[in-house]
Amino acid sequence: MPGDTEIHPGDDAPLAASKRDTAIDEATESLIEPKGDALSGRAVTINRPLPELFAYWRDFTNLATFMDNVVSVSPIDPKRSHWVVKAPGGKTVEWDAAITEEQENRFIAWASEPGADVANSGRIDFRDAGARGTVVTATILYDPPAGTVGKLIAKMFQREPAIQSRRDLRRFKQLMETGEIATASRTRAELAEERD
Amino acid sequence: MRALAWHGKHDVRVDTVDDPEILNPRDCIIKVTSTAICGSDLHLYDGYIPTMQKGDILGHEFMGEVVETGPKSTLKKGQRVVVPFTIACGSCYHCGKHQYSACDNGLPADNQDIAQELYGQPMSGLFGYSHMTGGYAGGQAEYVRVPFSDVGPIVIPDGVEDEKVLFLSDILPTGWQAAENADIEPGDTVAVWGCGPVGLFSIQSAFLMGAERVIAIDHFPHRLELAKKFGAETINFEQSAVYEALMEMTGGIGPDAVIDSVGLEAHGFFVDNVIDQIKKSTFLGTDRIHSIRQAIIACRKGGRVSMPAVYGGFVDKFPLGAFMEKGLTLKTGQTHVQHYMPALLNAIMEDKIDTTFLISHRMALEDAPKGYKMFHDNQNEVTKVVLKPDFAAAV
Repeated sequence: MPGDTEIHPGDDAPLAASKRDTAIDEATESLIEPKGDALSGRAVTINRPLPELFAYWRDFTNLATFMDNVVSVSPIDPKRSHWVVKAPGGKTVEWDAAITEEQENRFIAWASEPGADVANSGRIDFRDAGARGTVVTATILYDPPAGTVGKLIAKMFQREPAIQSRRDLRRFKQLMETGEIATASRTRAELAEERD
Repeated sequence: MRALAWHGKHDVRVDTVDDPEILNPRDCIIKVTSTAICGSDLHLYDGYIPTMQKGDILGHEFMGEVVETGPKSTLKKGQRVVVPFTIACGSCYHCGKHQYSACDNGLPADNQDIAQELYGQPMSGLFGYSHMTGGYAGGQAEYVRVPFSDVGPIVIPDGVEDEKVLFLSDILPTGWQAAENADIEPGDTVAVWGCGPVGLFSIQSAFLMGAERVIAIDHFPHRLELAKKFGAETINFEQSAVYEALMEMTGGIGPDAVIDSVGLEAHGFFVDNVIDQIKKSTFLGTDRIHSIRQAIIACRKGGRVSMPAVYGGFVDKFPLGAFMEKGLTLKTGQTHVQHYMPALLNAIMEDKIDTTFLISHRMALEDAPKGYKMFHDNQNEVTKVVLKPDFAAAV
């Protein structure tokens, strides 16, 4: 998995925490099919059994329940799915993604197919953490829309994938551990605005 | 509904806002019957806490009647409950260890970024206390949406009046945890800085845990009188030198355990505010920032330091040398309210702990702005203001 850094004696830190210039290339090697040049990685420990988490994630239609920007994920066939995702300015972007490799209860790797509005690839790893539950690690590589400026704009709108994936993982944890996603809204109208 | 909303420094108003609704399966809605103004609400009132927004509803000490429940709530309509000020899920690793104020899931995902940046990991959510702690609407209102109502609120038996149990929401467990964190051994002398509600409750708790003597330190005569009523000896720091007094009173040993329930009272949560206050204190020598330093210097060798007081950022001139050389132990943290509530409710029912002495003023919710001003201006006489939504406003 990403972070197996035998080639860096004395540094076992995962690649997403790396200061080395070569980190993206190294991460890319673990991703089977690299798309884009911005790397985001985040691990979260979830106090639930591994198979339950893997099964929930593997049913991609579930992803929209905790991925804030994902409008919908529709299966095309057992390996491919169609993604509709919110973008800055009230727009949406779409792409088809395919599973490039998976091992049940271990990891799922995917990549967007040619013609994607935002090219992306990544992998989600599940590791048993005993009494603490399961460590879920997301590694995402993506091509920010319209380069640096696009990335800045996306960041302003908090649609930036690195921020978004961190928050999405927290929501996944909340949903799995508590059965709901925490909100400070007071009314249904406020909640609808928040989730918009 | 009517609710006390923050509009800016020294500007709180009772506004009409939309009633809260059930949004998540484990939610309940309570109709507030009693709610108190906390000393820490004054930090918001003084404008020291960033990430406040106009219209934020304040209040984190409240209780009331359950009027609506989500499908996963275990409460029933009509039950009377006290609500913990910490919003915790009960299902994560930390809740499993009863470290409720460290709950992983109490804060909305987007609000976790600030605390993660500042503290390394986000903490639990809090009612009515800025957006950094979740942006949850507070309890100084007619109605409140209470998340995780199956693990937080504690049901109060019929016939027990609000005022006996209201402080289970925050300050009683906070005072109790402070004493517990002091690891009191029979025969100990415990010194408590600050005779606000938390200090006064930790005095009571310390005696219940076997302390032989408690020495209370403050400068408000009325509060020192209250400490005396619970059996504490007192030091008025405006009239006596605290370190010298403590050393003499303990035969040159120093207190076995020290509790700082003062804290950076007028200090905000953010680095710039804190640095600002530290700069101020360097020149003005305020007593407030002084309390933790003084406690560490006075504490006996090998003794224990408990710090329920709220600190938000950085402190300089922390006597790390004395702390290390004397081999002290420090325990601190926001209160794991849910952990302490059941036992403390029992203690109240068995008349082992009295909390009603603290209440100096009762007012209508409509008069809350007056309550804030009064509390802010006169901390000697005003020890606790309880707001009642069903009281008619004073003319």
